[in-house]
Amino acid sequence: MAKLFQRPKSMFDVSTHYCPGCTHGVIHRLVAEAIDALDIRGRTVGIAPVGCAVMAYNYIDCDFQEAAHGRAPAMATGIKRVRPDLMVFTYQGDGDLASIGMGEIVHAANRGEKFTTIFVNNAIYGMTGGQMAPTTMPNQRTTTSPFGRKTEEVGMPIRMAELLATLRTPGYITRQTVIKPKYIQKAKKAIERAFVYQMENRCFSFVEVISTCPTNWGMTPKDAVQWAEDVLLPYYPLGDQKTPDSEVTEKQVAAAGAA
Amino acid sequence: MSKVLMKGNEAIAEAAIRAGCLNYFAYPITPQSEVAEYLSWRMTEVNGVFLQGESEVAVSYMIFGAAGAGVRVFTTSSSPGISLMSEGISYLCGAQLPAVFVNIMRGGPGLGGILPSQADYNQATRGVGHGDCRLLVMAPASVQEAAEMVMMAFPLAEKYRNPVMLLGDGLIGQMMEPVEFPDHLKSEPSNKDSWATNGIDHRNGTTRNLVRSLFLDPEALNNNNLMLRAKYERMKAEEVRFEAYNTEGDYQVLIVSYGTMSRVCKTAINALKGQGVEVGLIRPQTLFPFPDVAIREAAAKPSCRTVLSIEMSMGQMVDDVERCLHGVRPVEWYGKCGGEVPTPEEIIDLVKASV
Repeated sequence: MAKLFQRPKSMFDVSTHYCPGCTHGVIHRLVAEAIDALDIRGRTVGIAPVGCAVMAYNYIDCDFQEAAHGRAPAMATGIKRVRPDLMVFTYQGDGDLASIGMGEIVHAANRGEKFTTIFVNNAIYGMTGGQMAPTTMPNQRTTTSPFGRKTEEVGMPIRMAELLATLRTPGYITRQTVIKPKYIQKAKKAIERAFVYQMENRCFSFVEVISTCPTNWGMTPKDAVQWAEDVLLPYYPLGDQKTPDSEVTEKQVAAAGAA
Repeated sequence: MSKVLMKGNEAIAEAAIRAGCLNYFAYPITPQSEVAEYLSWRMTEVNGVFLQGESEVAVSYMIFGAAGAGVRVFTTSSSPGISLMSEGISYLCGAQLPAVFVNIMRGGPGLGGILPSQADYNQATRGVGHGDCRLLVMAPASVQEAAEMVMMAFPLAEKYRNPVMLLGDGLIGQMMEPVEFPDHLKSEPSNKDSWATNGIDHRNGTTRNLVRSLFLDPEALNNNNLMLRAKYERMKAEEVRFEAYNTEGDYQVLIVSYGTMSRVCKTAINALKGQGVEVGLIRPQTLFPFPDVAIREAAAKPSCRTVLSIEMSMGQMVDDVERCLHGVRPVEWYGKCGGEVPTPEEIIDLVKASV
């Protein structure tokens, strides 16, 4: 009888160090499932971020490089340019990607680098202990915004998927979540699709995943899921922001240039 | 191959290609932008990789990624740009990745100026980035030597799995001189499959490789630093390079100088010889490792009464000269760092005043 469900081959048989209710484990698994489904483990290089997922290489079994904070897209660019046959993905959090690494992600996306970014957005710095991130919600309390995020002082949360979708270079930019089973299947498809676009050497691919951080949000895992659904999802809407198929035509570009 | 007349920056670019390095990432900055301009078309000719990054910070990590993937890769920049790359250089040292960084120095601090300088001596010889890291630092004094050192740099980086820096003042990059590229590069084959993230299938393996610099366990981090230290000690034992000039006879003054500055010193030494004043010169070709023993022995000659450290900085190398002399001779510093190179006349006067 065939097994219907088992640990992905590209995952080590170990427990993770993540907190109860954290969604990193689910996202790791989706990445590993995509690697298995496309049978690319032997030519995949992951880039682990600074953040809770720095030790993603303890769970996902492929070649890995460990990045400095925010620099993963530059490293992925370096690898992909010299070895286009490799499959390269970065796995980054919101402090990493949307704050210190904003320059690197925007330029890599705009160059149309043929790698995949998994962007885990939980609206807070996790590993350093719950500080405010560029994605922290208005009035959300963190250890560096103890009275709540004051938008008049630090602005509104940055929507990375929308921001990157403004670039004219073709790309696959989508936002998903894994906070409930009904969302996980869609997220899985999106991650697979992102890797497929890379395999086809088609475009830069970016999957934002809205996630939970019960520990630093000061909530139970159950409350965290509810808060993510009630507060994060309305501000960070799910779905594709951009696909290479929906890219503007040359005619549209010419019209815009003439205007 | 016959000699060709080339600008230093272009010779550096061409030498890298001839050293088998077909991967270059960079960000423009005066006075070394000609390297990127040259390679923007030359890499196309040789089916290499050329990419202008969005910043020196990003470039240093493009270098990291490519080096981690097991290819020869290099970049070029100038002083403020190297400061921005210092983070990546530290990570390269920590992860033990081979790469070549060229710094065509301009004056500082801050924006400073765009004229030649040697004011990044301390930065370069003390590892550039944070943590206990060191780079093997080579300092050419001519376009020919710059080309040769670039070609030496790649195998050295691979031998030690560590970044190597070519430290040239702005004149090295900007002046034109005849250059003859060596035909063949002698290097030992480097087995990158044991550590590079070049893909499990690529190395016909089953287990993955990790490129990392994080060691949360204190004992593991200490051991890693001890291992790095052992590498740097091995560099000191095996890689010291220097030129001794006019050190055969008896001299009253010993000059220590490198790069373009050392050539001016040679002119002064030749003129002084005509006036009956003998001056010896030690020209470090590697700044790390520093030629401690050569300088100490040259200074210890009974006729030698004083040592001059002449440099285009406000007194940086002089600390190393004092350190290796153990107080056996007095050491004086002379230098300028606004973009002007001290003239032979200034050095002649300086020597005469000190004898």
